[in-house]
Amino acid sequence: MPHTKTYKRSFIVLILLLFLCFCVNISLGSVFIPFQDVFNGLIGNPTGNESWQHIIHEYRLPKAFTAIIVGSGLGISGLLMQTLFRNPLAGPFVLGITSGSSLGVALVIMGASIFGGTFAEILVSKWSIVIAASLGSFIVLLFVLIISNKIRDTMAILIIGLMFGSITTATVSVLSYFSSAEELQQYIFWGFGSIGNLTWHELFILFIIYILGILMSLVSIKALNTLLLGENYAKSLGLDIKTSRLFIIIATSLLAGTITAFAGPIVFIGLAIPHMTRQIFNTSNHKILLPAVFLFGAIVMLICDSIAQLPSSDLTLPINAITSLFGAPVIIWLLVRKRKMMF
Amino acid sequence: MKFGVFLLEFMTKNESHIVLKTQDLAIGYTSKKVKTVIASNINVELHKGKLVGLIGANGIGKSTLLRTLTNVQRKLGGSITINNTSLENYSNINLAKTLSLVLTESLGSKNLTVFELVALGRQPYTNWIGNLTSDDFQIIKQCLLQTNMDSLKHKKCYELSDGQLQKVMIARALAQDTDLIILDEPTTHLDMYHKAYILKLLQKLAKETNKTILFSSHEIDLAIQLCDTLIVMTKDTVITDQPCNLIEKNVFNDLFPKDLIIFDDKTGSFRVKK
Repeated sequence: MPHTKTYKRSFIVLILLLFLCFCVNISLGSVFIPFQDVFNGLIGNPTGNESWQHIIHEYRLPKAFTAIIVGSGLGISGLLMQTLFRNPLAGPFVLGITSGSSLGVALVIMGASIFGGTFAEILVSKWSIVIAASLGSFIVLLFVLIISNKIRDTMAILIIGLMFGSITTATVSVLSYFSSAEELQQYIFWGFGSIGNLTWHELFILFIIYILGILMSLVSIKALNTLLLGENYAKSLGLDIKTSRLFIIIATSLLAGTITAFAGPIVFIGLAIPHMTRQIFNTSNHKILLPAVFLFGAIVMLICDSIAQLPSSDLTLPINAITSLFGAPVIIWLLVRKRKMMF
Repeated sequence: MKFGVFLLEFMTKNESHIVLKTQDLAIGYTSKKVKTVIASNINVELHKGKLVGLIGANGIGKSTLLRTLTNVQRKLGGSITINNTSLENYSNINLAKTLSLVLTESLGSKNLTVFELVALGRQPYTNWIGNLTSDDFQIIKQCLLQTNMDSLKHKKCYELSDGQLQKVMIARALAQDTDLIILDEPTTHLDMYHKAYILKLLQKLAKETNKTILFSSHEIDLAIQLCDTLIVMTKDTVITDQPCNLIEKNVFNDLFPKDLIIFDDKTGSFRVKK
C-alpha cells in the first residue's frame, strides 16, 4: 500500500525533530552554555566550567526528560479520552482527573493553616503536594469507575466528570476565600504548572508510572480501533466493552494523574495534540496515531519549554501560559487550513 | 449414481440446516422488575443461505426482536439457539464469529477509509494489536468485490453517499465471516433505486456465500419480491412463511389498520383506498 510508506517517512522526520528539539532545549536556558560544552557535558567529558556540568546534569537534563514525559503522556491520555467518549472536546480534564488533583493540592496548601503551626510546614512540602494530587486524582478515578460500572452510557460519565470539575472550582474558591494571600499565591503558582524542578529521583518515580500507563495504552490499541465504530458495533465484534473501558480509564488516570501531581495541571496539551496529529496524519488508526501523538506531544512540550525559559534572560514564564499561547494558534491554523475536523 | 444420491442427500441436508431457531420466545422490556411483554410465542426457524425479511408496523417490536436475537437485550422467556447452541452459552468472541450486525446508528468515526472499516470486521480473528494476515487481506478484498466497493476502498467514509456507506457496512459484516448477518432497517434514508439495490445485493450475497441474512424493513413490496422467507409481526401473532404463501393466507391485510391502505394481492403491494 502506498500510504504506509509516507507514514514511515513522517515518523523518521518526527523522530529527528524530537532529537533536535531535545538538543535545542538542553542548550537553552537562563545561563548561556556553548553548544560544544553542552555536548561534552552530555557525554560526560569535562566542560569549560564546573557549574555548567551541574546545570546540565541536575537541571536541564531532567527538565527535558520531564517535558518529553509530560507532553507525550498528556497527549496520549487525551487521545484515549477522545476515542473512548467519541468526543473531540474530551481530554484528561473531562474525567475530572485534573480537577481531583487540583482539589487535593488546594486542600493541602490552603487547608494547612487550619491545622496550624509546625504541622502546616510539614504538610506544605513538595512530596505532600505530589501525594495530595495523586490521591485527589485517584479518588476521582475510583468514583468514575464505580459510576461507569453502573451507568452504561459513556456520555453520562463525561458529564459527571465535568460536574467534578465544577465542584473542584467551587471548593477552591471557597477555600481561597478563607486562606491567606501567601497560601493562595502558592496554589496559583502550582496551577501555572512547572516541569523544571524535578530531581532525578522524582523523575524515576514519574517514569515508572508513566511506562505502566503507556503499556496499558498499547494493549488498548485494538479496542480503541474497534470503538471507532461505536459501542454497539464494538460489542458485536466481540469486544468486552466494560473491561476495555476500565483499562482505558485507568491508563488515562495513571498518565494524567501522575503528571499533574508532579508538574501541575498543564492544560491544552491533552486536548490539542491528538487533533494536531489527526490533522497532519489524516488517519484514525490508533496503531499510527498513538506513536504519532507520543512524538508530537514530546516535541511540542520541548518547544514550549524552550520558549518559556526565555533564553538568555533570568525570567521563566509559566509553562501553562506558553502551551496555550503557542499551541492554540497552531490548532486554529490547522483547522482553518483543512476546513474540516478529522475525527 | 450412488454418488449422485449422496450428493443430493448432502445438498438437501445442507439446505435444511437451521442456523437460528426460537422456541416460544417472549420479548419486551424489564424495568424495576416489571415485565412489559411486547410479543410472545415467537417460533422462527432460519435456514442456511436464505434471505429473510422481518416486517411489521411501527412499534410492533421488530427492533426489540432483533435486539433480543443479537443478545443486546435480554429475552423474557422461551429459547434462542444459533447453530444448535443456546445464545446464552456463547462467549462474546464466539458470538462475534457467528453473528454480525448492520445497525441504524451512525459510525463513531467517519475518518476511516473504506478499507479500514471493512478490515475492522476481521477483529474477532486478529491478534492482540489487530494485525491483518495475508488471509485477512484476501477476505477483505473479496468482501469489497462482492459489494462492488473495491474501486472506492481508499475513500474516507465521510466522502461516501448513504447508499455507498450502507454497502461498506454490509461488506464489513461480510468480512466478519459469520453464518448469520442481521441488518436493522438497512434501506432507511435511501432512495427507491438504492433500496432495491441493497436488498437485491443481500439476495445475491445470501445465495453466493450461503449465509443466512435477516433484515427488518418497511419495504414490504420489495421484501415480497426478493425474500425467501418473511417474518410478519402483527399485534396477535408472528407468522413465518414464504411470501407467496403469506399472500394466499391474506396475512398482509392484517398488518396495518384497515382505514387507509389496502393490500392488493395481484400486484403484491399496498395502495391507498379511494
